[in-house]
Amino acid sequence: MTYALEITQLHKIYDNGFEALKGISLKVEQGDFFALLGPNGAGKSTTLGVVSSLVNKTKGSVKVFGYDLDTQVSQAKCLMGVVPQEFNFNMFEKVQDVVVQQAGYYGIPRDEAIRRTEQLLKQLGLWDKRDDASRNLSGGMKRRLMIARALVHKPKLLILDEPTAGVDIELRRSMWEFLTRINEQGTTIILTTHYLEEAENLCRNIAIIDSGDIIKHSPMQDLLKTINTETIVLNLQEPLVNLPEVEGYHLLLVNDMHIEVTLNQGQDINNVFVVLTAAGIKVTSMRNKTNRLEELFVNLVTSNKTDLQGVSA
Amino acid sequence: MSTYEIYIAYLTIVRKEIKRFMRIWVQTLLPPSIIMVLYFIIFGNLIGSRIGQMGGFDYMQFIVPGLIMMSVITNSYGNVVSSFYSTKYQGSLEEMLVSPMPNWVILAGYVTGGVARGLAVGTIVTSLSLFFTQLEVYNLGIIILVVLMTSILFSLGGFVNAVFANSFDDIAIVPTFILTPLTYLGGVFYSIDLLPDFWAGASQFNPILYMVNAFRYGILGVSDIPVGYALLVISAFIIALYSYCMHLLNTGKGIRK
Repeated sequence: MTYALEITQLHKIYDNGFEALKGISLKVEQGDFFALLGPNGAGKSTTLGVVSSLVNKTKGSVKVFGYDLDTQVSQAKCLMGVVPQEFNFNMFEKVQDVVVQQAGYYGIPRDEAIRRTEQLLKQLGLWDKRDDASRNLSGGMKRRLMIARALVHKPKLLILDEPTAGVDIELRRSMWEFLTRINEQGTTIILTTHYLEEAENLCRNIAIIDSGDIIKHSPMQDLLKTINTETIVLNLQEPLVNLPEVEGYHLLLVNDMHIEVTLNQGQDINNVFVVLTAAGIKVTSMRNKTNRLEELFVNLVTSNKTDLQGVSA
Repeated sequence: MSTYEIYIAYLTIVRKEIKRFMRIWVQTLLPPSIIMVLYFIIFGNLIGSRIGQMGGFDYMQFIVPGLIMMSVITNSYGNVVSSFYSTKYQGSLEEMLVSPMPNWVILAGYVTGGVARGLAVGTIVTSLSLFFTQLEVYNLGIIILVVLMTSILFSLGGFVNAVFANSFDDIAIVPTFILTPLTYLGGVFYSIDLLPDFWAGASQFNPILYMVNAFRYGILGVSDIPVGYALLVISAFIIALYSYCMHLLNTGKGIRK
């Protein structure tokens, strides 16, 4: 099977001796929407930097749709589009020129480049700004400009390094819709993000990287199933003084209007409602205390840190 | 990439580079023109009339080829060093590095941009010099060849400087402390025949001497250095610098982490 991205035993040691990647291996299937998560400094951007040829690897191999980055770099690069974390276009260039030039670097004739640029800028709501200097765009528009630039050569693999950082909720959601649409049209997407809700909503597969190692690599649903506990917050209609006991369940009266219920894996919340209803307590609404993936992520990273400390001790 | 695609990628960089220096012509084309006019007035007309002849020509006629060459050198160098460093500084170099464009195309694109600015300023300065003296063309082929080779050489030099530069100060150090002294000591204003033997010998190590003299030969038909030898020296420098630039690009020195 040919993977959209296949990383094998990738190592990166920087000149100052810092080992950013400790032999990671990763496979991303064609058509996937893949999340690469990790805390700051875990090695996400270094991994994507090596894949996009901006960082020299120390050893290991990277293949893009079967093309080896060492021996078939041109073919591999033609299939990839990269949206970096930092704004990296010429701030003095016009919006349209930024995209047209990028198409030129991929050998796309100017007429075709202009046509594709118009199409992408319209799709991403930037067409009205086409003649503005790119430095005059808002933060969200700059991010969209980088997405347009990365898509102008019609890559089969799109790599996005925190594409929605600093973007307001409305715009973030419209970017999610756009990315979902191009993924449905066949583009494989790899995403790093600090918004775990984003990863949970968009991605089918996930890898968690910490301290230069992949500590989890599985389908999103399988990962979410491993969550042992989940905390649900119940909003009450009337103030409550005495919290009834529910056998086998842990309930906490946070304040007179909110109860927190900790559910272990396999426990049913209906039993809690039965007891509360019998006690005349009315629940108006409920929500997860934290995002499920966030809870899992924190647990995994914390336990990895503990393991590493144990090893170094 | 096919040959045609590589050609498009190359043209994209060249178009971007020419557009850049044309857009900021007040910074790129106007200052060298004003400086050269001042040279023509002060050294050519005011002081030159008292100096008399140099190498068998009026002093003004003698220095014009050197001054044209000086413009070509400083502008080719300046264009590449400032443009490539800005690209690196802003991060937009990554646009090229993630693309399938071969490294030699990136280098060729920037060098062509530097040559274009060198030729543009050289043409302007030559036109302005006609208000002060009469220029003859002794050998057009040599003139074109020397200008092209010189601008290629100094564009490559500017590229090396930009790769190693870590701040905007770094892109001014080489032009100020190396390029300008070498140009002034490269026979722009005098014939090395005037120098004592030791300094005339030392001047042979200055590459700019070969360019100025070869160009002067193309215009006036006189040179302190045999023209064939001068062309050979310039070619050797071009090959050495090109190889070094490619080494820097291929290893990612200063541009990849």
